[in-house]
Amino acid sequence: MPTPAAPLLTVRDLAVTFGVRGQRAVHAVDEVSFEIRPGQHVGLVGESGSGKSVTSLAIMGLLPKRGVRTSGEVLWGGRNLLTADPDELSRLRGREIAMVFQDPMTSLNPVVPIGVQVSEVIRRHEKADRREAQDRAEALLRQVGIPDPGRRLREYPHQLSGGMRQRVLIAIAIACGPKLLIADEPTTALDVTIQAQVLEVLKELVADTNAALLLITHDLGVVAGICDEVNVMYSGRIVESTTRNRLFATPRHPYTGGLLESIPRLDSPRGAPLRPIPGSPNQTIPWTEGCAFAPRCGNRIDECTSSPPPLKYEGDRDLRCYNPLSDPARAEAVQA
Amino acid sequence: MSITLPPAGGPPVTLGLPEEEIHGVSLWRGAFRRVRRNPSAIAGAIIVAVFVLVAVFAPLLTPYAPGSAEWSGQVTPTSVPGPSADHWLGLDRFGSDMWTQMVYGARQSLVYGVVSTAIGLIVGATLGLVAGGFGAVGGRFGQSVDTFIMRCVDVMLSIPSLLLAVSIAAVLGQNAYSVMIAIGAAQVPIFARLLRGSMLSQGRSDYVLAAGALGLRKKRIVVSHVVPNSVGPTIVQATLNLATAIIEVAALSYLGLGASDPAIAEWGRMLVAAQDRFDVAPRLAILPGVAIAITALGFTLFGEALREALDPRTRR
Amino acid sequence: MSALVSVEGLKVHFPIRSGIVLNRKVGAVKAVDGVDLEIEEGRTLGLVGESGCGKSTLGRALLRLSPVTEGKVIFDGVDVAGLRGEELRRIRQDMQMVFQDPLASLNPRQSVETILTEPLRAHGIAYDRRNRVRELLDQVGMPPSAAQKYPHEFSGGQRQRIGIARAIALEPRFVIADEPVSALDVSIQAQVLNLLEELQQKLGLTYLVIAHDLAVVRHVSDEVAVMYLGGIVEQAPSDDLYSQPFHPYTKALMSAVPVPDPRIEATRERILLQGDLPSPANPPAGCRFHTRCPFRQEARCDTERPELRLIGPGHRVACHYAEDIAAGRITAHEVTPEEVFAG
Repeated sequence: MPTPAAPLLTVRDLAVTFGVRGQRAVHAVDEVSFEIRPGQHVGLVGESGSGKSVTSLAIMGLLPKRGVRTSGEVLWGGRNLLTADPDELSRLRGREIAMVFQDPMTSLNPVVPIGVQVSEVIRRHEKADRREAQDRAEALLRQVGIPDPGRRLREYPHQLSGGMRQRVLIAIAIACGPKLLIADEPTTALDVTIQAQVLEVLKELVADTNAALLLITHDLGVVAGICDEVNVMYSGRIVESTTRNRLFATPRHPYTGGLLESIPRLDSPRGAPLRPIPGSPNQTIPWTEGCAFAPRCGNRIDECTSSPPPLKYEGDRDLRCYNPLSDPARAEAVQA
Repeated sequence: MSITLPPAGGPPVTLGLPEEEIHGVSLWRGAFRRVRRNPSAIAGAIIVAVFVLVAVFAPLLTPYAPGSAEWSGQVTPTSVPGPSADHWLGLDRFGSDMWTQMVYGARQSLVYGVVSTAIGLIVGATLGLVAGGFGAVGGRFGQSVDTFIMRCVDVMLSIPSLLLAVSIAAVLGQNAYSVMIAIGAAQVPIFARLLRGSMLSQGRSDYVLAAGALGLRKKRIVVSHVVPNSVGPTIVQATLNLATAIIEVAALSYLGLGASDPAIAEWGRMLVAAQDRFDVAPRLAILPGVAIAITALGFTLFGEALREALDPRTRR
Repeated sequence: MSALVSVEGLKVHFPIRSGIVLNRKVGAVKAVDGVDLEIEEGRTLGLVGESGCGKSTLGRALLRLSPVTEGKVIFDGVDVAGLRGEELRRIRQDMQMVFQDPLASLNPRQSVETILTEPLRAHGIAYDRRNRVRELLDQVGMPPSAAQKYPHEFSGGQRQRIGIARAIALEPRFVIADEPVSALDVSIQAQVLNLLEELQQKLGLTYLVIAHDLAVVRHVSDEVAVMYLGGIVEQAPSDDLYSQPFHPYTKALMSAVPVPDPRIEATRERILLQGDLPSPANPPAGCRFHTRCPFRQEARCDTERPELRLIGPGHRVACHYAEDIAAGRITAHEVTPEEVFAG
């Protein structure tokens, strides 16, 4: 195997705490570390409350200033983005790191035509005049599969459908050829057939420009189709981190296994009962006291409620568990 | 060793977690708690409390009678006696004790403010309730009723409040009642539109649809479901309107409407009276002016905090 | 087994009005445009489709929560579409709904106990308050202590259980579940689906499950109907539909659903639809799907609306060339997306 290239982005021990005086602090993200290499597709998977969105906002420096404490390192080209000055960050954003958000309705300015919003990014980061930027904007719209792009340049966001708006957001994101594209639930708000279209566009573009991708989602199906590496988050911490194939073939964290077993799938026998994860996501114990997933875990042992499990490298993956699922049993169940 | 879990999908597992409360926290209680913790709300509440207490216990707080003009002999065109041991805030230009005038002025403002806001609230809310109730669940006929009422309200809104006040004074005579009715009338459309808007908005929500699906009668839906969820913003508005009502009372008195007896203590009239002695005794204007401002501020702070506490979006 | 619910030629058109004074009707949004359905007692029919297909409107129309423009909704022999006033109110005891957003469908100012007992009082049904509430909560897997609490104090999954408890409080025979799990976390969805199945067996309920998630619908339904732009394009027993879909839209829909298995995702064949959904106010002439169909044949598809016809045992499809496509005589071709004003 060739030696891997130096990582583009290194997140080390990222922690984000929300707290207002008088209220208990919420540790939205804690001890999160991962790397993204050039051209790699990394997935950050979790449900609501897992901290995955907050992680991406922290990386981009988009968290509010008040009431938020961030610690750790987010290294990009040797600099720690968390402590970089706003000018530097603003130069990076859009140019080297771009972000696509979930809700195209609110991410686009409703009173500015599409063409202006796309060319605005180009003119901000590159020395292009209005004419040039417009031409490039049109080419970008064509690249993301928007029909009749010349006309669309003059249209407003409300004149486009959800899928079209999301493509525009992607066009804005790749306008300056970023090295890393962060997509936060990019297709969650879209219908299934539109989602398939938009994911195809995303895949193609990322492959064409050789950009790295950080995909944040709760949908394991989407992850299976697009990511190389997957990090599973629960209640603010990463609980399992490995390659896509290993994660789906042999999940070892009980949460990952539980999720995979509880999702109704098109390809499994219809009569097979769904095995849900018992309890609800708000039943957790703080990570400082033990494993947050313990109240709902079928593999729970005494240690799980007395001390927090550390993230350890276990042969082929990072795992945060005292009593993980055993390999062979999982492989059997999944292949059945 | 594994602990046995309840069957999958079953009731929650407790692991020595803190006991949950037996009684739930309703939205009102939750809002009350949040307001309690908010510093500006506390400041506002204190100001309002002081204002109300002063107004209510006015006779106990002052050794003299209001508007007595007893010491008019001590007042000259070029001097008005300032603070002294007998008169904590000095005298006003008519020779009454300033402290007494201020305290009784609070009482007047409170009465005027509360009564006029109450008039606006009762009449406006009634109109809003009827329009909103019919509009939310009434179907085509209901919408016609709603439209008709709101058009009437629009007409009321289009009359400038000052003109309205003067017209009412012309009809009812220049006294306290006309001021209160005038200010109240100006507030009617505000409350009507607010409540009606809330009700229409709540009427479109899923829980109202669900109530319909359950076979509840329309009247019951309006009373049990729509109204309780619509009154929040109206209550907040009432608090804020109290603040402006107090200012408006002062303004109308300043303009010469309202009770004609110049000796009656009322902050607005005191401002009028203070004008031509401003160079000699500015405190005659500053004191009532500051009092008006602080009182209005108190109501506003409290009202805003209440709004934030009741808004489901800012919760959590 | 006779059908408990039978829908004939149902149309729900919302008028588009314009003009300041007269407010004339200038068009209509044809949310549901001619639907026939049958649901047998004790069975579950799944209704699947994407946004704008009219499935939610159809569900609401069945309960008369949406106005019915044309057609019949026959419940146990009675045409619900024609009922009014007190009769309509009474029949609501037999037909109930579980809503998508559990937070929005529960009155935030009512305690759980009030939420569950209100329908009983509205219909004058005698009940023992504490026992009935405890019983209902127990049936949906909630502890009795929930009775005094308010909706905002619960998690999404728990709120949905409360919504389900409310729906079964009147002991209905027919329950429509409108996207019952889409607003819930993935790990909770299975809990609620299992609960619905359990209740169906215990209480002998008949279900109409409306969802956009094909995998969810497949799992809980005996029979599945696929909707597109106001009409049903294919309907079949669950196993048959998923093993052999005939309609091009159904095929596209199925191939678009992501599967959490990298091997399948890497090798599956995708049918990608082009363009967007046409506006329900201005649906295409002929076959509603022809503007995006990769198998479109100009001869008939542009002009003739296909009927929902039988193509196999219990399997209906609305496509002129379903057999030809299945046999491979017609193959997929490029589709140039039509200009659609999204509004």
